[in-house]
Amino acid sequence: MNKLNSKIPNGPLAGKWTNHKGKINLVSPSNKRNIDVIVVGTGLAGASASATLAELGYNVKSFCFQDSPRRAHSIAAQGGINAAKNYQGDGDSTYRLFYDTIKGGDYRSREANVYRLAEVSGNIIDQCVAQGVPFARDYGGLLDNRSFGGVQVSRTFYAKGQTGQQLLLGAYSAMNRQIARGKIKMYSRHEMMDVVIVKGKARGIIARNLVNGEIERHSAHAVVIASGGYGNIFFLSTNAMGSNVSAAWKIHKKGAFFANPCFTQIHPTCIPVSGDYQSKLTLMSESLRNDGRIWVPKEKADAKLIREGKLSPVDIPEDKRDYYLERKYPAFGNLVPRDIASRAAKERCDNGYGVNKTGEAVYLDFSHAIIRYGEEKAKVSGLDSSDSKLVSKLGKEIVKQKYGNLFQMYEKIVDENPYELPMKIYPAVHYTMGGVWVDYNLMTSIPGCFAIGEANFSDHGANRLGASALMQGLADGYFVLPYTIGDYLSNEISTGEISTDLPEFDKSEKEISAKLKKLISNKGEKSVDFYHKKLGKIMWNKCGMSRNEKDLKSAIKEIKELREDFHKNVKIPGGLNEFNEQLAKATRVSDFLELGELFAIDALERNESCGGHFREEFQTDDGEAIRDDKKFKFVSAWEYNDDPSKPILHKEDLEYEDIEIKTRSYK
Amino acid sequence: MKLYLKIWRQTNTDSNGSFQNYEIDEITPDMSFLEMMDVLNEKLIMEGIDPVAFDHDCREGICGSCSLFINGRAHGPDTGITTCQLHMRKFQDGDSIVIEPFRASSFPVIKDLVVDRKSFDRIQHAGGYISINTSGNTQDANTIPIRKEDADNAFDAATCIGCGACVATCKNASAMLFVSAKVSQFSYLPQGQVEAKDRVLNMVKQMDEEGFGNCTNTGACEVECPKGISIKNIARMNKEFLKAKL
Repeated sequence: MNKLNSKIPNGPLAGKWTNHKGKINLVSPSNKRNIDVIVVGTGLAGASASATLAELGYNVKSFCFQDSPRRAHSIAAQGGINAAKNYQGDGDSTYRLFYDTIKGGDYRSREANVYRLAEVSGNIIDQCVAQGVPFARDYGGLLDNRSFGGVQVSRTFYAKGQTGQQLLLGAYSAMNRQIARGKIKMYSRHEMMDVVIVKGKARGIIARNLVNGEIERHSAHAVVIASGGYGNIFFLSTNAMGSNVSAAWKIHKKGAFFANPCFTQIHPTCIPVSGDYQSKLTLMSESLRNDGRIWVPKEKADAKLIREGKLSPVDIPEDKRDYYLERKYPAFGNLVPRDIASRAAKERCDNGYGVNKTGEAVYLDFSHAIIRYGEEKAKVSGLDSSDSKLVSKLGKEIVKQKYGNLFQMYEKIVDENPYELPMKIYPAVHYTMGGVWVDYNLMTSIPGCFAIGEANFSDHGANRLGASALMQGLADGYFVLPYTIGDYLSNEISTGEISTDLPEFDKSEKEISAKLKKLISNKGEKSVDFYHKKLGKIMWNKCGMSRNEKDLKSAIKEIKELREDFHKNVKIPGGLNEFNEQLAKATRVSDFLELGELFAIDALERNESCGGHFREEFQTDDGEAIRDDKKFKFVSAWEYNDDPSKPILHKEDLEYEDIEIKTRSYK
Repeated sequence: MKLYLKIWRQTNTDSNGSFQNYEIDEITPDMSFLEMMDVLNEKLIMEGIDPVAFDHDCREGICGSCSLFINGRAHGPDTGITTCQLHMRKFQDGDSIVIEPFRASSFPVIKDLVVDRKSFDRIQHAGGYISINTSGNTQDANTIPIRKEDADNAFDAATCIGCGACVATCKNASAMLFVSAKVSQFSYLPQGQVEAKDRVLNMVKQMDEEGFGNCTNTGACEVECPKGISIKNIARMNKEFLKAKL
């Protein structure tokens, strides 16, 4: 029996959202006052949802594990946010943004959700400007745009390389206004430990106060999970150190299906790994590919000399450089989507063209852009555009204006000047398209439990386009969930306050306390990080940029063994009732160790290559992905079945009414 | 590299803290400062010693979580960075490094190097926003052109990450740079004008209630600010404050 009902409204695609909004049930203002909503996570999705739900009149309780909601990892998003405003007059439209997103996602996302996303994208920009978000502007005072991968229009709004920061601070400020009004109660340094289900409905959460270790009960009429993605399962990723899957995993274990866990985005432009001690990887925004050109030496001998430190990249003449993206994908060049750019870099490096000590790096070169901008500036300013020194100086100033903070970040980490030497970059785990399965209303398979932002699965298919994560987070939080949650809550107006003394709360709290006690009294020999790093290595080597049946099967076995060893041998210092970061980390890693297995099972099940999921068995002679729409045009939604090794697969077939399914080509 | 660390240890807010000495070996220049702390903590865990608690999250200089006072400087011996962007190449083999929390009475220590900066959030609750609801029919974003220079100035002020280095550095533990960054951002934008008066008065009032000191124009905050927020913003806030009072 198919348990999945995506609840996609009937009617033509373009009218679905408007019609749906017009027909769903509402909650009157006087009733909203009697309804509580819990929101877990305060990134773009969580903060915007909390603020909007509070504006509407609901009583909101917001939770984050950081010391302030402003620290959520959305803050680190650099490049920009997409919106189909067509301010540049370059042919953009809602349909084109929708089309690009579906195609970019390799036809594995849900059509109706993506169309709605494109439809509300323009509102996001209006809302943010009204909140005082200082987007980049041109000299006429209007908003500026730039271009991102996988598209042929300029629809990305930005605030230098700190767009995520500015948007999050906008949402944070909207939250602050509601906190001041008393409509949001903020619980920072709190971690959600479990969801409490009463008579089949999500009725609250068990949280742990990370400062004093107290276990708390919080009830509500609905629970919204906005806890982000699970990229940290790889240990090394561009996620923040604290980013975790736990909230999403806890609801999964209580009945929420987990969709497409193997769809992971490996971002092509990150600073390469430099040593074993490394704790995280740093992204260099995709916006850099607007002006940077990616290359490796044409000759393996040159690459070898570079690796040995005997040759500098600036001494390699143009005809000895292989701008491989421009060569292989002339139509999109350096701006191909992320999955394609990442795989191409891996292919070059695997074949011996890598350019750093480890052999895992390619160049991202701004020397051409510096000359181009410099000449233009010289001409506009009436200066001598044939003076190469002057041109270089002017060009560097312009590049600095555009990407200054990114260049500075690079220089601090790598200790090389990217204005003089090309940047060295390599792909790294960045985002997870997979996540909690939700219907059109963003409700999970647990009634009353919703998932928004990166935590859900719905909009990006098998590969997310650049600058679309910020768009989805804010669309879900500002413009979608606040409507759709009303449809569910309209049945809760006479429920009244929910008691935290219910036996379900008792049971859940006892389970959590017992689990924590077991962890802390486990006098093992290895640290939490030992296990996290080990899991990360398995994931990266066997479930990373390319996957095959043999490796996936061995990953499943290894992860299971590692999990069993973790529970026997992990050593956690300190006590339960105190600030104990190792304990908090242990609970997160314990969930990653369960998710890891599901991830590999999902990757093994999907016998095709699509988007970020590349199975070596399914590729053309020249290494391009072979997607199998006949057999795999569905969402894999996994049901937890008492044991992480035995999940049950449900399939949501994907139907495309308004788009012709094609083989994705960026040539 | 071999290093001698002198680290502030404090069990909780109510207990008295003290410095403890640790030696650490095999540190490489390419490690970040916090990765050095990770190595230390792994060692302590294995020796059965409680690891050193410190705040950190994004490790790329933008979340504002990390907050160490290293050898007498907020975020350590480099400029324009947070602690997580500080690399060990800034130190020499055999160096002694003193590591303290950000100290201010408005930032009580939670444990070791972790401090409570909720006072910053409460200042933002007092007025760090524009009162606009999410309706989906706000006017089009391009309706009001904003001079590029104003937009850029607003952006520069808005890049504050709320880490508290300014407070930790200031001899008066003043939060003026932090508060002025938000006041200044909105003062450059047409959207910020409507509530300008109440905003500055309420935020300054809250700042005083939290116990932060006053500004005496030393300028240390600007030097140590990882995002290079200018003290011009303080002048601008004072102007806004005066305007609001008149």
